[in-house]
Amino acid sequence: MYAAIAAARAGATVLLVDKGQIGRGGATVMAQMTVAAALAEEEPDSAALHLEDTIKAGRGICNEELAGLVCAEGPKRIREMEEWGTRWAREGDRIKQAMAPGHSVKRCCYVDFLNTGPAVAATLRRKIAEFPKIRRISNLAVVEVLARDGRAMGAIALDLRNGQLLTIDARAVVLAAGGLTKLYARNSASANMGGEAYALALWAGAELVDMEFVQFFPIGHLAPRLVGMDPIMWDPFRYKLGGKLLNGQFEEFIDRYGSTDFGQYNATRDIAAYAILKEVEAGRGTQHGGAYLDFRHIRENDLRAAFGPVIDRLLANGIDLSRMPVEVGPMAHYHMGGIRVDMNMRTRIEGLYAAGEAVGGSNGANRLSGNAITEAFVFGERAGCAAADYAKVSGRDRDQKFAEANATQLDHFSGNSDDNGIAPIALQTELQKLMWELAGPFRTGEKLTAAQARITEIKNTQLRHLRFGSERQFNLDVQDGFELRVMVTAAEAVVHAALARTESRGAHQREDFPLTDYQLIKNQVLELRDGEVVCRWAQPVRLDRSQVEKPFEQ
Amino acid sequence: MRSVTKLRIKRGSSGEASRYDVFEVPYEEGMSVLDALRWVRVHEDSTLAIRYSCINANACKTCVALVNGEVEYTCMVKLTPALITVEPLPKRHLIRDLVTDIVPDDENL
Repeated sequence: MYAAIAAARAGATVLLVDKGQIGRGGATVMAQMTVAAALAEEEPDSAALHLEDTIKAGRGICNEELAGLVCAEGPKRIREMEEWGTRWAREGDRIKQAMAPGHSVKRCCYVDFLNTGPAVAATLRRKIAEFPKIRRISNLAVVEVLARDGRAMGAIALDLRNGQLLTIDARAVVLAAGGLTKLYARNSASANMGGEAYALALWAGAELVDMEFVQFFPIGHLAPRLVGMDPIMWDPFRYKLGGKLLNGQFEEFIDRYGSTDFGQYNATRDIAAYAILKEVEAGRGTQHGGAYLDFRHIRENDLRAAFGPVIDRLLANGIDLSRMPVEVGPMAHYHMGGIRVDMNMRTRIEGLYAAGEAVGGSNGANRLSGNAITEAFVFGERAGCAAADYAKVSGRDRDQKFAEANATQLDHFSGNSDDNGIAPIALQTELQKLMWELAGPFRTGEKLTAAQARITEIKNTQLRHLRFGSERQFNLDVQDGFELRVMVTAAEAVVHAALARTESRGAHQREDFPLTDYQLIKNQVLELRDGEVVCRWAQPVRLDRSQVEKPFEQ
Repeated sequence: MRSVTKLRIKRGSSGEASRYDVFEVPYEEGMSVLDALRWVRVHEDSTLAIRYSCINANACKTCVALVNGEVEYTCMVKLTPALITVEPLPKRHLIRDLVTDIVPDDENL
C-alpha cells in the first residue's frame, strides 16, 4: 500500500490488486506489536546505532545497504504515517518508545492497545482512497508475472469471483505479497502468505537471497485456544511486564542455553526458540509441545493497567493470567530471505520491483524485532518511487499474443480437474506438516533431503493431478491450487538453501552442524535454471558506516 | 477435551436453489466456528466457499456470516456441543455458499 501511494504521488497510474481484500490480509494487519525507528524521542538514538543493532542481530550477513536504508528512512516514514493519521502512543508531546530485545535503546513505537498493525493498515487504506490514480481490485490473485527477455510487462491474475484468468498490462510491477509463513504447520500469519512474491519473482527470472532463514517466533501462543488475538501477542506483555518462561516442570531454563532471562526479556529470538524446543525434546515440554509463560506473580491491577481491554479479551477466552500460565512455543513468523534487489528495490528483471517482507537480505540471519513494519514502509516508498520513475521512461511493451499464450497454459493447470486426485488444500496441509517437521527450527541433512524428495514428488506428480470443484464463483480449490504451485516452489527454495548451508547461524539451526562457520559469512543467491533451483555463494553487501545519516540524533 | 459438534451450513450460488449440508466436526474447548469451517474444507468438502484471512486475530474482519441467525465474525464464536447453523449475510449480494459481496464497490472489477 505504501508503494502504491508513493507511485501515485510520483505521478504514476497504479493498479493495486490483492487476492483477499485490500489492506485486510497479509502480515501488517496482524502485527499487534511495535515498530522500530531511531526517532530519539525517549533517549538519544541515531540511524547508525539502529543499524549497528540490526547488523548484530543479523549475525554478520545483512545486506548493509538495505539495512542502512531502513534505519535512515524509518523515522521519516513513521512521522509521515502520523501526519496521515496513525496515532502512535504518546506521552505529552513525545512519541512513546519501548525497549525490545536486541535494541540498545528505547526505540519501538506502537499504537495502544496491541493495535499497531490494524491502525497502520487503516491509515494506509484511507490514504490510498485519496488518490484517484490508484485503482484497487480485491479478490484478484496474481498467479504469474509476465516477463520476457529480462523485462516485466504485466501479470496474469485469477479473478476469484468468476474463476477467469485475466492478463494485466503494466510498465512496471511491484511484488509486495509478503513472506512464506504459510509453508509451516505452526505459524502466526494470516492465510495469505504462501511465498507468492518469491515464486513469482523466480519464475520471472529474478534472483532470491537468504532463503534458508525463516524466523521462528519463540513464544507464539499454543494453548488454551485463543481467538481474537494475534498468536504472537505475548511479546508486548513481556516488554512491559516480564513474565517467567518455565518448562513443563515449572523451572526457568533459558540460562541453560547461554543467555539470561529471569523474568526479564533479554534472550534474543533465536536463542529463546532453541531453548524451548530443546526442553521439549528432553521431555521437559508442556502438553502442547512448548513452554509455560507465567504472569501469576504480577498483581492483577498491574496487568490491567498495562493491557486494559486485552485482559477482558483474554478472560472471554477463559484465560485468567493471575491464576494460570499459558503455553507458548516457536512458530514460523517472518522470512528474512527474499527477492534480491538493489537500493531502489530493483530486481535483475527490468521493470520488476519488490517491497516489504518480499525483499531479502536486510535482516541477514535473524531479524531484530520491530524492523518488519519499518521495512514495509521504507521499501514500499522506495519501490513505488522507483517503479513510477521507470514507468515514465520505459516504452509500453505490450504483447497480447505472449500474454494469452501464458494465460492459456495456466488455464490448463486449473482447468483440468482430476476427479481421482487430491484437493489442493489437503496437499497444502501435508506440505505444511512436512516443512514444520523436516525444515523447521532444527534441521539436519537427512531431514532436509527427505523433504526435498517429497517436494519433488509433489511437484512432478500430484501437482498435475489436483481435484478442483466445478463451481465458477469463488472456487477456492482453484485458488488453493495456484497457491500450492507457489508453495512448492518456495519450499524448494528454502530446503535447497538450508541443505547447502552446512553450519548454524541465527534462525538457521543445523543439528548436524551446530557451530557457526566463519568461512560462511556469506549469502546464498538462488535462481531458476531449466526449472530447477540453483544456489551460489556471494559476499554480503557492506556499507561504509560513515554514510549512514544521523539527522535525527538529538 | 475433545468433543464432536455439528455444523449446518447453507450452500449454493446466487440464482440457484439453496440447500443445507450438515458436517460433524471434532473440536477442542475454545475452538471457533471459523476453525470448524476450515476443518471442513481440509477434511470433508474443499468446495465450501468461505472468506477469511487472519484466522486468529479478528483483525481482517472478513469472516463475517450469520451464525445461529446473528451477524458474527465466525472467528469470534466458540463451538459448543449444540448444532450450529451458519448462513451467508442476508442483506448482501450472495456469491456462493457463505461468501457474500462485502468488498467496497470500487474494489470490484
